[in-house]
Amino acid sequence: MRRKIVITEELIDHLAWLARIKLTENEKKEFLRDLNRVLEFFDEIDKVNVEGIEPTTHTALLTNVLRDDAPQKPLPQAEVLYNAPEKENGYFKAPKIL
Amino acid sequence: MSVKAYRLEALEIIRNIREGNLSITDVIEDFLERVERVEKKINAFITLRSKDELLQEAKIKDRLLKEGKARGRLLGLPIAIKDNISTKNLRTTCGSKILYNYIPPYDATVVKLLKEEGAIILGKTNMDEFAMGSSTETSFFGPTRNPWDLERVPGGSSGGSAAALASGEAPLALGSDTGGSVRAPASFTATVGLKPTYGLVSRYGLIAYANSLEQIGPMGRTVRDVALLLNVISKYDPYDGTSLKVKRPDYLESISKFNNLHRRVKIAVVREMFEEGVSREVVTIVGNVVNKLVDEGFIVDEISIPVIKYALPTYYIIAMSEASSNLARYDGVRYGFRANVHGDWNEVFSETRGNGFGKEVKRRIIMGTFTLSAGYFDQYYFKALKVRTLIIKEFKKAFEKYSILISPTMPTPPFKLGEKIADPLAMYMSDIETVTANIVGIPAISIPAGFAKEKLPVGIQLMANYLKEDLLLAMAAFIEELTGLKNLIAEV
Repeated sequence: MRRKIVITEELIDHLAWLARIKLTENEKKEFLRDLNRVLEFFDEIDKVNVEGIEPTTHTALLTNVLRDDAPQKPLPQAEVLYNAPEKENGYFKAPKIL
Repeated sequence: MSVKAYRLEALEIIRNIREGNLSITDVIEDFLERVERVEKKINAFITLRSKDELLQEAKIKDRLLKEGKARGRLLGLPIAIKDNISTKNLRTTCGSKILYNYIPPYDATVVKLLKEEGAIILGKTNMDEFAMGSSTETSFFGPTRNPWDLERVPGGSSGGSAAALASGEAPLALGSDTGGSVRAPASFTATVGLKPTYGLVSRYGLIAYANSLEQIGPMGRTVRDVALLLNVISKYDPYDGTSLKVKRPDYLESISKFNNLHRRVKIAVVREMFEEGVSREVVTIVGNVVNKLVDEGFIVDEISIPVIKYALPTYYIIAMSEASSNLARYDGVRYGFRANVHGDWNEVFSETRGNGFGKEVKRRIIMGTFTLSAGYFDQYYFKALKVRTLIIKEFKKAFEKYSILISPTMPTPPFKLGEKIADPLAMYMSDIETVTANIVGIPAISIPAGFAKEKLPVGIQLMANYLKEDLLLAMAAFIEELTGLKNLIAEV
């Protein structure tokens, strides 16, 4: 079961791309050291036997809580757009995708 | 005005206002004066409301009070709110550059409840960026200092709220607790902080970090003040899908309701929580309180919960995984900071996030991206969820026999600014006592236990079974009387 995993520079590049976070060269170097130490710390849970144990995703002791499907007054458009760095004609303006 | 309002417990301020001994304007002026005197040294607030605005609100409330039209359990009481809790038209930054200019268009449910009860929001308190930290040093707005020793950290991530209480800048405050963020700063500043049962207090409007773990928690300088605040914020909320539909007792009443606690409460100290990594001084100070309880006739047993050793890595795997997903929303399109670069979506997005997030936040997002990504998911995230189940099982078993579990809140007294910030693992280790309550979802409180050398505060943590906040608060109030450590304000 247990595989020894090492975080390499290539893996950090890949993860930073997945997370859409641009890292500086210095940060990459630093993270290479830090993240491998964090990983070693994570690896401690390898020692726990969890055979036949179900996962817990939350502790709220609830399932499928739904609100009534009743329309409500939404926030005014101007208030919603207020914080947008760029907007145009009542729309958020996003960078070009293609 | 003979008594300085800033020195009073929240309940006393409210009583004085009601009885006409203090006007609401008197109270606000007094706190403004105190803030002016100490805030430069402490940096408890990221955003303070303007003097004019606060005094105007006080004047209106004074007039309504005179006319007999004002009501509310917190009428006229100033309160400090952690800056990850949304406040309509009042900047909410999460301690981050990426939200440095964000003005929420709505109030968090807890804020709405506070306003309905007549509280006056003083401002928004400093915190570790996105609540990721244990010292309030990762804030984009600079660190908060511990009022008991300005060279030391106040704990985190709700360090601004705790420091505001300990320095007399506010009588009551809200924090949030994902892995100890209310209790850690309470311990480091000789104040009181409660993390409620998961689902007791609405998270609607709390800016998410790790939503299966976090709760908004009341903070004060006495257990009774914390109970008062819990009374106000603890309510079923249809806007939070995890909000519990349960009957909530009057927590203030429950403090006086439980008599003969020593006959009702069986206490256990958890051996593992006094061992590895816990300083001798802390063990001694917390042990002294436990001994006093034995003298009072309480049954105190020592128990062992070996799986607790794995609580810290389990917590960090889950928290970072959830963080990487939650923080995907910061794209610089709808709100907040956007990097000034030209390029396509991916370039602008990556530059914005690379530039807008601080180092610890980036570390956690990338690590969480790792634990959730294909090939690593089973070994880390999924496994941690299973260990979580095991820890919950063990705690449920302990609560079959005991109603209160006791441990230190923090493994050490407050450390110095800069001491741990360069070493993420050393910082994570300070959460070793607190994360378990979040993993399990049970309530836990930190109250002052004593002072280590150089007058550094040390807290004691009490944990109880799900929804047993009433008993937990009663027990905490009992210990508070026993130690005499209540309503403590640092001279600054």
